[in-house]
Amino acid sequence: MLHLTIPQDKIDSARGFAKQITHSLEELLNSYSSVTIERTVLRLLGIDGALEDGTPIPNYIVDQLKSKNALDKGVAYWISNAIVYTGLSAQEVANSVKDGKLELTQIAQQPTTEVIKVMNDLTQKMIDHIKQQRAARESYFAKYGPRNTPSLYVIVATGNIYEDVLQAKAAAKQGADIIAVIRSTAQSLLDYVPYGATTEGFGGTFATQENFRIMRKALDEVGAEINKYISLTNYASGLCMPEIAAMGAMERLDLMLNDAMYGILFRDINPQRTLLDQYFSRMINAVAGIEIQTGEDNYLTTSDAIEKAYTVTASQLINESFALLSGVSPEKMGIGHAFEIDPCIENSFSYELSHALLTKTLFPHSPIKYMPPTKHVTGNIFEAYIINAMFNMVAQMTGQGVQLLGMLTEAVHTPHLADRALAIDNAKYVFNAVKDFSSEITIDKEGFINKRAEAVLDEAISFLKRVAEQGLFNALEKGEFANIKRAQTSGKGFEGVFRKSEDYINPFMDKIKQELNLD
Amino acid sequence: MSTKIDKTFIRPYGDTMNDGRMQISFSMPVKADESGKEAARQLLKQMGLDEIEICYIADLSEGFAHIVAYGNTSAFVDLTKIQVKTVDTDVMTMEETDEFVEQHLGRKITIIGACIESDAHTVGIDAILNMKGYNHRYGLERYKWFNTVNMGAQVLSEDLLAKAREMNADAILVSQIVTQKNIHVKNLTRLIEMAEAEGLRDKMLFICGGPRINHDLAIELGYDAGFGAGSYSTDVASFIVTKLANK
Ligand code: B12
Repeated sequence: MLHLTIPQDKIDSARGFAKQITHSLEELLNSYSSVTIERTVLRLLGIDGALEDGTPIPNYIVDQLKSKNALDKGVAYWISNAIVYTGLSAQEVANSVKDGKLELTQIAQQPTTEVIKVMNDLTQKMIDHIKQQRAARESYFAKYGPRNTPSLYVIVATGNIYEDVLQAKAAAKQGADIIAVIRSTAQSLLDYVPYGATTEGFGGTFATQENFRIMRKALDEVGAEINKYISLTNYASGLCMPEIAAMGAMERLDLMLNDAMYGILFRDINPQRTLLDQYFSRMINAVAGIEIQTGEDNYLTTSDAIEKAYTVTASQLINESFALLSGVSPEKMGIGHAFEIDPCIENSFSYELSHALLTKTLFPHSPIKYMPPTKHVTGNIFEAYIINAMFNMVAQMTGQGVQLLGMLTEAVHTPHLADRALAIDNAKYVFNAVKDFSSEITIDKEGFINKRAEAVLDEAISFLKRVAEQGLFNALEKGEFANIKRAQTSGKGFEGVFRKSEDYINPFMDKIKQELNLD
Repeated sequence: MSTKIDKTFIRPYGDTMNDGRMQISFSMPVKADESGKEAARQLLKQMGLDEIEICYIADLSEGFAHIVAYGNTSAFVDLTKIQVKTVDTDVMTMEETDEFVEQHLGRKITIIGACIESDAHTVGIDAILNMKGYNHRYGLERYKWFNTVNMGAQVLSEDLLAKAREMNADAILVSQIVTQKNIHVKNLTRLIEMAEAEGLRDKMLFICGGPRINHDLAIELGYDAGFGAGSYSTDVASFIVTKLANK
């Protein structure tokens, strides 16, 4: 394996500043909750379904409690109290609320020990289910063998889950290790998760629990045919981050895009909301054994990949630090970056190699998520195919974990069947061709690649130091990240953030913290 | 065949004048075997190709195959009859444009840009507008005689028009990147129809851009100009000032 020579104290100081940044937010993380966190609790209690107009029952209940100023106790209490009173199941209680037959806040307070017992039983039941899913995944890998490294990750994005299934199965047979179902445009800005199987999406397919189930089943089937476990991934991001994480945990997704700050910067979601939501989402992913992935590539679609390389490094360290607070282990942190340098630049390959190695050096245990060239890809599909080969070469030589395959038609359309197959062929050829090549070459300590990596880290350190000194919210407000200014109390979804009352309870967060040995 | 080019009779050129040789690649639900090749051949035949060579067929699984083929077309085009609408103003540098405005218009001009409706891709419009510019050309924000407002992404047509009215804009610049299901056509049409309804259409220039926009399409949709992939701030700026001076 190629390796860089970078002073350990520099790496430590970068991590130290990142830790200072994230740990200063503990008051927020401990004292507040959000509407989507509460909807997640409802889903984990076993409540699903939707009203006639499509409003999911979890939204309906949370909105109702909010309108009664009763949300700050947490939904778990209200549902458990109603279960004790009525003797119904959680779903039956929810249905009665939906039908207007039950008013949660009107029910007399039931004996606390009984309420707590109901709550704990339901919590345990769901945690057991999630752990079973985790065990199932592990036994599949034990049976068929581990995932390839770098793993071949391809997307399906037809908008129709059944069409996606066809394409995913074909991709699996062609050699894909991981299937990502891209979400429909702007799903991240919906403050609810649509219900049921969907066949109309735009630039992608809606993330719904039923769609997760359909795709999981299809991939298990194709896996049995080809003796391989095919991993499934989606996006726990946007206004429903923890709900999607919970759905993924229940339906055995294997990876989840789950960035700490993406929503704030690139979707203008309120900073407090995002940080709260990522905290709980990542806990769910951690207990479910789901590999999270971060979205640093986004910094480079809007900024120059050389000039702003340090923002990627800084964000990676912040993402890591937040993930540790949620109990995610380094082996399950798919720290992200991208191959986005302008191909016209001289020695662009050396820059890319340097940046990729820096990521690998900083996160040696991470199944690093490597994004393909996109921004500089044009309608010249032949050129795109070559650039993707270079990207694949860097990945194999630097030990990246998950290779998001570049498509020759990136600048044209969402991938066609043959585009995906060609991308898989490209990666297979290059990975095989340079398989052990890097074990025989070394990086010159005084050379460009090593110096470049160290320079990026230096810039990241001074940036992180500046952010640590002023605090994350002030830094966001001043536009320190990606030149985008985000105020602490503005942005989408802020109205969904609330302070917990003294007697607030989220049994899942408590239980998961126990499981993960957090505080 | 002669190697002289006859502009009234043009076919694809592989390695001999007017051989009509073309390269085609596609996938379809056939087996990757002789029957699949024959299916591909018949399809290409129906498309008017001859000398068909299926040079590659590969199994894509799930009943599909990928096919790469060559064939000769007997179709031809007459170049002398081709008409395309292009933006044909002379392109000036930033300095020349500023000087032009000073001399011919004698006042600052106001430009409002946005990526409208569902579209969130800002890199293209930023390349045209941002101070920093793109590929060694500064964006309109840096032009001394331009007063430029960039409203950013997912701007509703009504908001863009309200701003244009408020600022008494000289030109509106709209970006549309996503084209799936012709969403760009729908969005651009919505904007122009609203502008017409509000009586703003003739008060300012309406210009659109994006990788799959061209001048022809823009004119068809009722815009003054359209700019496609690889266009620069200088192209748009020159067009705007020339057009305003001629008004
Ligand atoms: C970066 C990017 C993103 C970023 C955008 C970040 C941002 N803030 O802009 C993110 C990650 C957010 C994104 C999201 C999505 N994207 Co996108 N994205 C791209 C990508 C990789 C590059 C676009 C780009 O920046 N090009 C560089 C600029 C400089 O070029 P340009 O836009 O063409 O602009 C030039 C000209 O067109 C012109 N121009 C453009 N606008 C204007 C306006 C005027 C007035 C003028 C004069 C000129 C002009 O001048 C510019 C300079 O020359 C393209 C693929 C590609 N390589 O093109 C996909 C692509 C455009 N995205 C696509 C899709 C499907 C999406 C999503 C729907 C995916 C999803 N399911 O979520 C979402 C949609 C979000 C939304 N609501 O719009 C598809 C669109 C397919 C299609 N034909 O419709 C593409 C082609 C990728 C693909 N193959 O699937 N994307």
